[in-house]
Amino acid sequence: MSNTQETTPTAQKAPGADVTSKRAKIADFVSANGALVGLLVLCVAMFIATPDFLTPNNLLNVGIQASVVAILAFGQTFVIVTAGIDLSVGSVAALSAMVAAFTGQSWGMPPLVALLFGLLTGLAAGMLSGAATAYAKLPPFIATLAMLSVARGLTLVVSNGIPVPTSSVVTWLGGSIGPIPMPVVVLLVMGAIGWFILNRLSVGRAMYAVGGNLEAARLSGIPVKRVLVTVYALSGIFAAVAGLVLSGRLASAQPQAATGYELDAIAAVVIGGASLAGGVGRISGTLIGALVLAVIRNGLNLLNVSAFWQQVIIGLVIAVAVGIDVLRRKRA
Amino acid sequence: MSDQPILTLDHVTKRFGPITVVDDVTVNVHRGRIQVLLGENGAGKSTLINMAAGVHEPSSGQIIVDGHPTRIPDTKASEALGIATIHQELQLVSSLSVAENILMGRLPQRFGLVDKREMYRLATEALTTVGLHVDPHMPAGALGIARQQLVEIAKALSLKARLLILDEPTASLTKHEIEHLFGLISQLRSEGVGMVFISHHLDEIASIGDSVTVIRDGKFVAEVPATTPEPELVRLMVGRSIDEQFPRRATPPQEPLLSVQGLTRKGTFTDVSFEVRAGEVLGIAGLVGAGRTEVVRAIAGADPYDTGTVTVQGKPLPKGRIGAAIAAGVGLVPEDRKAVGLVLGASVEDNLGYATLMSSARYGLVDRRGQAKRANLVAKRLAIRMRGLGQRVGALSGGNQQKVVLGRWISAGSKVLILDEPTRGVDVGAKVEIYQLMNEITAAGGAVVMVSSELPEVLGMSDRILVMSDGRVAGVLAAADADQHTVMSLAVKEVEPDRV
Repeated sequence: MSNTQETTPTAQKAPGADVTSKRAKIADFVSANGALVGLLVLCVAMFIATPDFLTPNNLLNVGIQASVVAILAFGQTFVIVTAGIDLSVGSVAALSAMVAAFTGQSWGMPPLVALLFGLLTGLAAGMLSGAATAYAKLPPFIATLAMLSVARGLTLVVSNGIPVPTSSVVTWLGGSIGPIPMPVVVLLVMGAIGWFILNRLSVGRAMYAVGGNLEAARLSGIPVKRVLVTVYALSGIFAAVAGLVLSGRLASAQPQAATGYELDAIAAVVIGGASLAGGVGRISGTLIGALVLAVIRNGLNLLNVSAFWQQVIIGLVIAVAVGIDVLRRKRA
Repeated sequence: MSDQPILTLDHVTKRFGPITVVDDVTVNVHRGRIQVLLGENGAGKSTLINMAAGVHEPSSGQIIVDGHPTRIPDTKASEALGIATIHQELQLVSSLSVAENILMGRLPQRFGLVDKREMYRLATEALTTVGLHVDPHMPAGALGIARQQLVEIAKALSLKARLLILDEPTASLTKHEIEHLFGLISQLRSEGVGMVFISHHLDEIASIGDSVTVIRDGKFVAEVPATTPEPELVRLMVGRSIDEQFPRRATPPQEPLLSVQGLTRKGTFTDVSFEVRAGEVLGIAGLVGAGRTEVVRAIAGADPYDTGTVTVQGKPLPKGRIGAAIAAGVGLVPEDRKAVGLVLGASVEDNLGYATLMSSARYGLVDRRGQAKRANLVAKRLAIRMRGLGQRVGALSGGNQQKVVLGRWISAGSKVLILDEPTRGVDVGAKVEIYQLMNEITAAGGAVVMVSSELPEVLGMSDRILVMSDGRVAGVLAAADADQHTVMSLAVKEVEPDRV
């Protein structure tokens, strides 16, 4: 299969130097999977610092903590692959969850129909951002910044600023089946869907072309505008799912839910090896990026590091992770 | 003393990674003589002079200045040795004044401030030496290309250059401006300045040069006197005669495939009509800015137009809809493959497959097997040299990149190929392969429209030649009746709009 991600050529075998070639292979692996290696190193470090880290319960906790940001970040991956950015995902998540809760609570919609309303809200918000970008030629940063504000405002309008209890289906999304938390299941399902879209659907492969060189893609007959609208629509739907999971965990849709999550989502995608310049990015990388953020938060919590300092440390991790990636690419 | 060269590039080699761009070349430059460097695009001329200019250091071999082996690690060192280089892309800062450009980096100072009066005096002095009478207060960007070039030469001379390197200085000049430049060059030669002169224009060589060093594919081929006849120079430069260079095999033209009627976009092109038949290569010639690229892009649906019709195989195409044009069998190989032809970061396979990515998909699923099969076949058929289909297209050579863009349309089964400058920046070997491919396309019943600024290419590969001038069709010639002269006289013809 061809892959837009740069593949490192297999190291030439130097004559009579088996150790060197083995070392080169390891070096190749590390440089091709920098984020994964970083995540493993981080886990080992956390385990050494606090053995509590590696208990099954805590690992499931990390999964739950990662889930909302990871689902947002999967959607964000499509956008970033096309060289765009979606700042609205946190607000759209909150609005979608609020619509699902409100239509169930105040309009008395059946839970599944209410959930569908929530998903449609995300879809509509995404399509609007996409249309503003593709047809009205607004820069994605501006189009989605506007949507960030509009969606948050609408969330407050709908809820009157008061949390609304969620329906049974949504609460189920925040619960667990047996020992497995539902947010982790949803995370895996959405990840699989995201992977399938990017790697198996023609529109997914077209995203890489559009992000790599929009004009070349257009001249090759790829319907660039439709691809862009699809991309933001997908980001909107993924945001809606993330919002539903988040509200399910809290058993209520909060008007200020997921504030600032868009930045975590973008950070996860970028830590995962995607380039903001477009054309590069993988779902697996994004998952690792989201896990890196969750592991750091979780570990620092276990170590009783104050939430204030956590923000400082996360900022530094993002800078270092992306810095290493830039250096690696330069060398390649 | 006069026998000792000012500069010798002695068996220099330059490698970039695994690629050898200049391979064991020796060039001598003497006082008061003009050494011409002749070679095709990509032959290594610019890299060679960049070693003297301090841009690159040789990987092996040495640089000898006035008989002493010397290192030129940077441009400052080159300047200090009295070597001045006028690069193809002019290096003036367009927003700064002419005077500031001439004296850049060495502005006269008084009490730590720029001494403006002295600056303008020095600049005027320098401008006088090249016979350029412009106000040194003017921003350099306000001057035309020819005058900017003279400003660069003035700057070089004010640096007391003993050796002037001119990289294709005539490329964007008019005939009159070239004459003026040559006058200046001759004068400098008589004053003892040594010069290296790079040009593609064979006719310039005899009138200006003393001796010619020919390089091909980075290697030294021959050093011959500038009086050598042109056909011999061509043979040395390309390593084969013209006939082998343009292997057009004409096919009897059949039914019309593409028909363009009265195509007009206000201010860009007007009333362009022509027809291309199956089995035919139509060359489109004309000066830069004549509207050739704009017309073919409009035909391919890449840009809109105001009025007129484009018909492919009898079916009219909707305006400005690339998808429809592609579905009708039109494929556009655009002028600038790196900027708009390829996704450089993506693989060869992906790039070969973009035109069929959406159309071959079923239920939105990529036809992975079909895409891979098509890419494999096309890569074999076009002999694309690569490490594998998964290699990044950006890592291929110019010729192979161009084959990938062409291959995309072969893979899509396009019947009408529109090639805009198909061999620009492509090495000689790949050029011939691209020409052979044009033969295959026409032999298989396809049609080719080729826009090219290389007249020999247009004359050598077309069956008919359409010449554009100022956005209009100035004339259509059968290739058999056309030569450089007839094409050029049409290209510069003023086409008056029909007044009824």
